[in-house]
Amino acid sequence: MGWAISVHGGAGDIPLSLPPEKRLPREAGLRRCLDVGIAALKAHNHPLDVVELVVRELENNPHFNAGKGSVLTTSGTVEMEACIMDGKTMKCGAVSGVSTVVNAISLARLVMDKTPHIYLAFDGAEAFAREQGLETVEMSHFITPENIERLKQAQEADRVQLDYTQPIQKEVPKDAALADGDSQIGTVGCVAVDNEGNLATATSTGGIVNKMVGRIGDTPIIGAGTYANHLCAVSATGRGEAIIRGTIARDVAAVMEFKGLSLKEAAAYVIDQVPRGNAGLVAVSSTGEVAMPFNTTGMFRACATEDGYSEIAIWDSPTK
Amino acid sequence: MGAWAIAVHGGAGVDPNLPKERQEEAKRLLTRCLDIGISALRSNLPAIDVVELVVRELETDPLFNSGRGSALTENGTVEMEASIMDGPKRRCGAVSGLTTVKNPVSLARLVMEKSPHSYLAFSGAEEFAKKQGVEMVDNEYFITEDNVGMLKLAKEANSILFDYRIPAVGTCGASAAMDSPLQMNGLPISVYAPETVGCVVVDKQGRCAAATSTGGLMNKMSGRIGDSPLIGSGTYASELCGVSCTGEGEAIIRSTLAREVSAVMEYKRLNLHEAVDYVIKNRLDEGKAGLIAVSKDGEVACGFNTTGMFRGCATEDGFMEVGVW
Repeated sequence: MGWAISVHGGAGDIPLSLPPEKRLPREAGLRRCLDVGIAALKAHNHPLDVVELVVRELENNPHFNAGKGSVLTTSGTVEMEACIMDGKTMKCGAVSGVSTVVNAISLARLVMDKTPHIYLAFDGAEAFAREQGLETVEMSHFITPENIERLKQAQEADRVQLDYTQPIQKEVPKDAALADGDSQIGTVGCVAVDNEGNLATATSTGGIVNKMVGRIGDTPIIGAGTYANHLCAVSATGRGEAIIRGTIARDVAAVMEFKGLSLKEAAAYVIDQVPRGNAGLVAVSSTGEVAMPFNTTGMFRACATEDGYSEIAIWDSPTK
Repeated sequence: MGAWAIAVHGGAGVDPNLPKERQEEAKRLLTRCLDIGISALRSNLPAIDVVELVVRELETDPLFNSGRGSALTENGTVEMEASIMDGPKRRCGAVSGLTTVKNPVSLARLVMEKSPHSYLAFSGAEEFAKKQGVEMVDNEYFITEDNVGMLKLAKEANSILFDYRIPAVGTCGASAAMDSPLQMNGLPISVYAPETVGCVVVDKQGRCAAATSTGGLMNKMSGRIGDSPLIGSGTYASELCGVSCTGEGEAIIRSTLAREVSAVMEYKRLNLHEAVDYVIKNRLDEGKAGLIAVSKDGEVACGFNTTGMFRGCATEDGFMEVGVW
């Protein structure tokens, strides 16, 4: 037993040649968020509060595709979505199409706590945010120059770029093109368990670059990008459409329950079922285990457990 | 070559005081939809086409809570949602927040086949609908007098009732209605109008498909999304089965009900009937819901823990049944 926490900043074709100016701020962001989460767990905060806190940090960090730094729709706008779930009560909250709320994950939490519903979207979600007095800003707050650039390139390439890090270069050597191609990163998430086995998960995202206005991905869909029950808490990232079809987050728990696999085995099993290059996830179990499998080139991730272990990584590590 | 099977539903959670004529009307509609589906199956239409066809019929008829006849939001408008899933490759499409699209299930199909995404909502979905040239109408088209009346009752009920539920004790409801009304989602069953519609089909090639469509919860907040458009919750289809759920949306989401049936078949190796029973008994806790399901082997099953579910099913060997209780 003991507490455990894991954080991700997106899985995808993160090229091994990622320049330091793109890598370092993200590693630093993951480190800071992990520390925030660890401190909160040590202070005996409930995992639900911990995951919300950590995801708020990630949303505020412009280097990740959530909140500030969200990728743009085909119209150059921002439509954010988020989801939170409590493993013990199975209560959950989700929002989509949010454009002015500084922290979408907190709005999702309010939907869970303050309405008889689970999921609010677009105008209805925005109206609810105002009713609840959540911090709202002009949409321009969320838009960064890098994302304007990514949108431009995606539209020039006329395809849906699943996320960021590597804007398409005009003259690209063959092997880099393979690594870059359809970069598939995006989404932030956090899962946590305290030493009483209480589990929680939270995921937040701007979606995919050049997405159609109104497109909803896997993040706010319970069982797809986000899920928690008494066994584990899961937050997934990658190609939304594949995660939805594969009900990834739900399956980790189902496989633990029905096949009696450990968290690590279950998580690896589920990711294996998804076509290569499409998904990754972070998960913790009620007994304090952590798993962070991915079948993409890399996944921005970090984790820590009460026994003192901690890790921050992007690409494969020997003890994945 | 396997055998086909089809099931349709018009909602789980029926007012025990529902007048006989309404029950008969519902059974006639369900029968008509089954006939449409059976005809299509006999002409070898694939499962995915059949579920869409049948759900279109249910949306067009104002009787149940989908398309025309949808429940109303707190603002008195209609916001519809739907999803469709094709078992063989688990392709899926979903829509929410539709206000002018005549047949939401068909737009969900187009999202699946003509867009790079799986789920479109609100103005983005309407834009896509326009570009696809689907039939669009004014929001008024979907609003029925019945539902305007129900909305009024729901608003009154919400201001009187506390937020707790009295579990259904399954007795003859006649006089009990006023003292301890059956409730779902905090509303008396008489105004709840849970009648989401759905259809599941397995064709002769053993391909399963499922589709669900709804106006959602009466008096819902604008922007509220329920279980019907959520893959894994209200709708799911895989190589093994096709499932469509109905009832308390939040309970169905929390239990990822539709996916559960398939997961239990896959991981616990239960057959369709066992899976449906298991899921209804063990996954809903205090939630109230029902579902219909077909398996790749031509079986059909339904299960519900509510007082009644409007449903019908038929299999290739001639079996056919339509029921309310």
